[in-house]
Amino acid sequence: MSTEASRTAARWMLSPAVILLLIWMIVPLALTLWFSFQRYNLLYPDRAGFVWFQNYTSFVASPAFWSAIVNTLILVGGVLVITVIGGILIALLIDQPIWGQGYVRIMVIAPFFIMPPVAALIWKNMLMNPSNGLFANAFAAMGMQPYDFLGQSPLLSIVIIVAWQWLPFATLILLTALQSLSSEQLEAAEMDGAPAIKRFWYIMLPHLARAITVVVLIQTIFLLGILVEILVTTNGGPGSQSTTLTFLVYKEAILDSDVGTAAAGGVVAVILANIVAIFLMRAIGKNLDA
Amino acid sequence: MARAVSTRRKLGFTVAAWTVALLLFFPILWTFLTSFKTEAVAVAQPPQWLFFDWTFENYVAVQEQRNYFSFFLNSVIIAVGSTALGLLVAIPAAWSMAFVPGAKTKDLLMWMLSTKMMPAVAVLVPIYLIFIRLGLLDTRIGLVIVLMLINLPIIVWMLYTYFREIPGEILEAARMDGATLRSEILYVLTPMAVPGIASTVLLNIILAWNEAFWTITLTTVSAAPLTKFISSFSSPQGLFYAKLSAASVMAIAPILIMGWFSQKQLVRGLTFGAVK
Amino acid sequence: MGKITLRNVTKKFGEVAVIPSLDLDIEDGEFVVFVGPSGCGKSTLLRLIAGLEDTTDGHILIDGMDATHVPPAKRKLAMVFQSYALYPHMTVRKNIAFPLKMAGMDAALAEKKVEAAAKVLNLTAYLDRRPGQLSGGQRQRVAIGRAIVREPKAFLFDEPLSNLDAALRGNMRLEITELHQSLKTTMIYVTHDQVEAMTMADKIVVLQAGHIEQVGTPLELYNHPANVFVAGFIGSPRMNLIGGVDAAALGATTIGVRPEHIDIGLSGGKWNGHVTVAERLGSDTFLHVAVEGIGPMTVRAGGSVLASSGDAISLTPQADKIHRFGPDGKAL
Repeated sequence: MSTEASRTAARWMLSPAVILLLIWMIVPLALTLWFSFQRYNLLYPDRAGFVWFQNYTSFVASPAFWSAIVNTLILVGGVLVITVIGGILIALLIDQPIWGQGYVRIMVIAPFFIMPPVAALIWKNMLMNPSNGLFANAFAAMGMQPYDFLGQSPLLSIVIIVAWQWLPFATLILLTALQSLSSEQLEAAEMDGAPAIKRFWYIMLPHLARAITVVVLIQTIFLLGILVEILVTTNGGPGSQSTTLTFLVYKEAILDSDVGTAAAGGVVAVILANIVAIFLMRAIGKNLDA
Repeated sequence: MARAVSTRRKLGFTVAAWTVALLLFFPILWTFLTSFKTEAVAVAQPPQWLFFDWTFENYVAVQEQRNYFSFFLNSVIIAVGSTALGLLVAIPAAWSMAFVPGAKTKDLLMWMLSTKMMPAVAVLVPIYLIFIRLGLLDTRIGLVIVLMLINLPIIVWMLYTYFREIPGEILEAARMDGATLRSEILYVLTPMAVPGIASTVLLNIILAWNEAFWTITLTTVSAAPLTKFISSFSSPQGLFYAKLSAASVMAIAPILIMGWFSQKQLVRGLTFGAVK
Repeated sequence: MGKITLRNVTKKFGEVAVIPSLDLDIEDGEFVVFVGPSGCGKSTLLRLIAGLEDTTDGHILIDGMDATHVPPAKRKLAMVFQSYALYPHMTVRKNIAFPLKMAGMDAALAEKKVEAAAKVLNLTAYLDRRPGQLSGGQRQRVAIGRAIVREPKAFLFDEPLSNLDAALRGNMRLEITELHQSLKTTMIYVTHDQVEAMTMADKIVVLQAGHIEQVGTPLELYNHPANVFVAGFIGSPRMNLIGGVDAAALGATTIGVRPEHIDIGLSGGKWNGHVTVAERLGSDTFLHVAVEGIGPMTVRAGGSVLASSGDAISLTPQADKIHRFGPDGKAL
């Protein structure tokens, strides 16, 4: 139903949300843009002035930038690979007839609800710590040298921690999609003589394709912004081995107080995120009228 | 599938599934067990599993030495506050999009969702500076506002999907029965949407409680919630595993419980409906 | 009291004119039925009268006052929706009391009115149940109760019986008609079922594509359809419409004769053919006949007629019951 009266009411009811989000979007981004064109360091406030694109060029040209990009790709890519493949396998497993399916689900879902600092510190201290962690104990029990996960393979270790946190999300989404697949399709294929592997490849996987796309895109958006796990475990180090683009910008802003450069870096991050967002919006938009 | 599956197959899958589940759950389980150990037992070699002297001393110590409860309270205030504020803004917005849709409604919804994709780190500095200027740094109200803004798209989206499931005719009947807009929302819409609103509240409290970026960067001491408190363990002095475990267990317990009840809402809320 | 007048009422959705300029008078106390095929605009028209949709142009007058821009809550009309639209979280008692609560009526008085309405509709035993615990027929009565209690100027029914099974439909038809006789309030009733229209209406409005094809009493529409559309729409089974040579012989483009106005014989009639299907209801027999040179026709015969598929048959229409229509479809 839509009458003039209800349409007017609707406009009023929408405006607080729209106005708030507009302000939230525009004001900070505009300021970031503004700062990015200036030389502005909180520690040296007298050295101010417009330098236009110099912040961008110096940021992008710095070796720290490129290694950060590579690290970001490794982090995001690594987590995606683990969570998607792992998610599919675990979803398939949980979907089978098993006893205690409810409990299995509960245990598999749990890591997603752990706040990032807790997750990171559990792994850093209790599992990965080379002196006291459980992994060290296990290595020693097998007669091997304990491995300093976070010291020697910081990025890989962080990939493991983050993947552990996000695996439940991917599993849950893929399980939901899997359970929406009508069993009749699979039964028809079975009657047609298709073995399990072929049924998976030709029927289940295409059905899951959409869910996988959504999982990949949504996770990418969130993974690009990962900060706390890095902050709390390696602080970007050793050196800059586990510094991602997000962490680099954070470092410039908070640790070096270099607002100008951080702002430029932030804008670069926004551009990257937007590219992913465009693809995500298309995937979601197709479903919004459903 | 309505077919009988051989018990052997079922057993095989069950073992496999439980193994995977226990492996994934293990770090949480280990933390829980460690929280009841003394610090010495916590780092003992070989590691102690179940048969040690269980003690509550860590839970007590965390409160006495570090005033755990004040951080817990901050988390509660921030999570509940931002959710309540979000509902206040989102319910009218979702009403109008669900019941008086226009040509632009879909675009508007997409735009709202897109604001959630802005990388937080890009606006960290302006927000930080604005907060200093407005005296909002390290205040609970400041965090309530920020968390409300970042979760508003999800609250609106979830309420929208729940409202759409309410037959529009019932609201029309209310209008024919003489109800004003306020009465319509108060006496008809809200009671019917209670389950949906409850789910949205649940999910949002979880998201706000676990939010670590803004709660860490915009607080120092007085408004610091549990996320900040726990991250302070990152550069520790001395033995602390057991205390860390106790602090962690208390920090994650409420959310774990809420999370187990909200799996369906999670899918709905975080995939923006793209997966059913 | 419940006189409704529509002048030039137009409704466009975007560029599409669902109702292009319509005039209609509904007298106080009439039982008016809007009938027509799907998409003819009858529900839209009802919603315009209710105020749930805005008119694009034109005026709606209720008891002489222009209600075109008055919100639905203030028009003093009551609507019974196709899906009943009961409040699922309220008991039957609260459902029926809701409009009174909205009007700010004193609780004790409202309670009395609710009980009175419940008594009339046989709902007293169900007052404390929820809609989810009621059957379709009971839910419908609650919807009607909610409407009655408001003492509106007119009742608006939007295809209220479509969700009921056939037996229940028959009973509810009677109940609604009896309700009208006792309350004497104007009732506007939308349906696609011409049997409901014929049996319940004081006045029928036949609609097609937003146009009023004809307004009249049931018998007027039956005996004197104004055009081919109304002729074919009213009456079941459908009137036989014949064009070509046979029509031209009577000076018309199309002629029509109802199945019940055709006599049958073995030979010597005007039209000859053979029976394709014989439908026996016991009370009547409907014979579907393939007529030479014309095509399929339907004839109603007595219940004891023994003709069956394949039999040769000869048909003669009753001369005074043949309807003639000109090239524009209108009756001659």
